[in-house]
Amino acid sequence: MKAKIHVTFKEGVLDPQGKAVRNALGSLGFEGVDSVRQGKFIELDLQETNAEKARGSVEEMCEQLLANTVIENYAIEIIE
Amino acid sequence: MKAAVIVFPGSNCDRDVQVSIEQSTGKPCAMIWHKETELPDLDLIVIPGGFSYGDYLRSGAIAAHSPIMREVKARADSGVAVLGICNGFHVLTETQLLPGILMRNAGLKFICRDVDLRVETTNSMFTQSYAKDQVICIPIAHNDGNYMTDADTLKMLEDEDRIAFRYCDAAGGIGEAGNPNGSMANIAGILNRRRNILGMMPHPERLADQLLGGIDGRPMFDGLVEALAA
Repeated sequence: MKAKIHVTFKEGVLDPQGKAVRNALGSLGFEGVDSVRQGKFIELDLQETNAEKARGSVEEMCEQLLANTVIENYAIEIIE
Repeated sequence: MKAAVIVFPGSNCDRDVQVSIEQSTGKPCAMIWHKETELPDLDLIVIPGGFSYGDYLRSGAIAAHSPIMREVKARADSGVAVLGICNGFHVLTETQLLPGILMRNAGLKFICRDVDLRVETTNSMFTQSYAKDQVICIPIAHNDGNYMTDADTLKMLEDEDRIAFRYCDAAGGIGEAGNPNGSMANIAGILNRRRNILGMMPHPERLADQLLGGIDGRPMFDGLVEALAA
C-alpha cells in the first residue's frame, strides 16, 4: 500500500523561496504567474493492508515527524 | 558544574562548546553520542550547533527523535539546565521544549557574521552575568534563524520576560536595521517558563576567547558555573 503525502505551508506563512521561484519564472519570460508556494512530497511504501489503519498510522507519522504542524499542513492519499 | 554536550551526526559546534565550558569550569565536559539512552548525573546539557542529519526534512526534526532526546527531555522536565545553540535551538522547538519555530532567513541567504544582541533579561542562569540592556557581540551562522510563533505565544513570552536576547543595532536599538534574518520581534533567544531551558541562534561558544576576537560569550558559561555550583 502506498501513501502519498503533500506537506505545505499554512495559509499566511511567508514563503520567500516560493517568491524567489516566481521571480525566476518571470525572468525566464513566463508571464501570468501570480504566486508560487512550494512544499514537500513524501511517498511511503507500507506493509499495512488495511486502508483505514494505514491512514491512521500515516496521520500520526505526519503529526510526529513528517510535518511541523506549527506552520505546515499535510494531505494524505492512500493508494491500495 | 557537571556538563555534557550531545553529539548528533552532523553536529559541528560540539567541540567548540566543550572548549568554552572547560575553560569556565576547569573540568572535563562529557560528549554524549545521540544513540545513548542514558545520561550521567548532570547540571547542564548543551545541544550544539551544526547540521544534524544534514537538516534533512527540517532542521533538527530527526535529531529531535534521537534515542538520547527522550532522556534529555526528562532531565529538562526535572529542572536540569539545557542550552540549545543554533541547530540546538531547532531541536528544542522540534521537541516542543520551547515554543515556536525557526524558519528560512528572510533574505534567503546563509548569514555568517558577528551581530549585536541586546540582553533582554538577566533573570536566568544563562544571562545573569550580563547587565539588562547590555549590548554584546556574538557570531551567527545560519540559514534558518527566522523565529516565528503565533501572536498569543509572543505576548506570553513578552509578559513572562522569556525573551533572552534580541538582535539590535550597535546602539542597542531594536528595529529592522539590526535584524539579520527577519526574526519576529528581533528574537534571538528564548527561555522556557521554568527558565531552565534557553534556545538561542547566535553562538556564544565562538566568542569566548580573546584569541577569537572577543569574549562576549564567556559570561554565559561563567554565569552557568556560578549558578550551578554544586
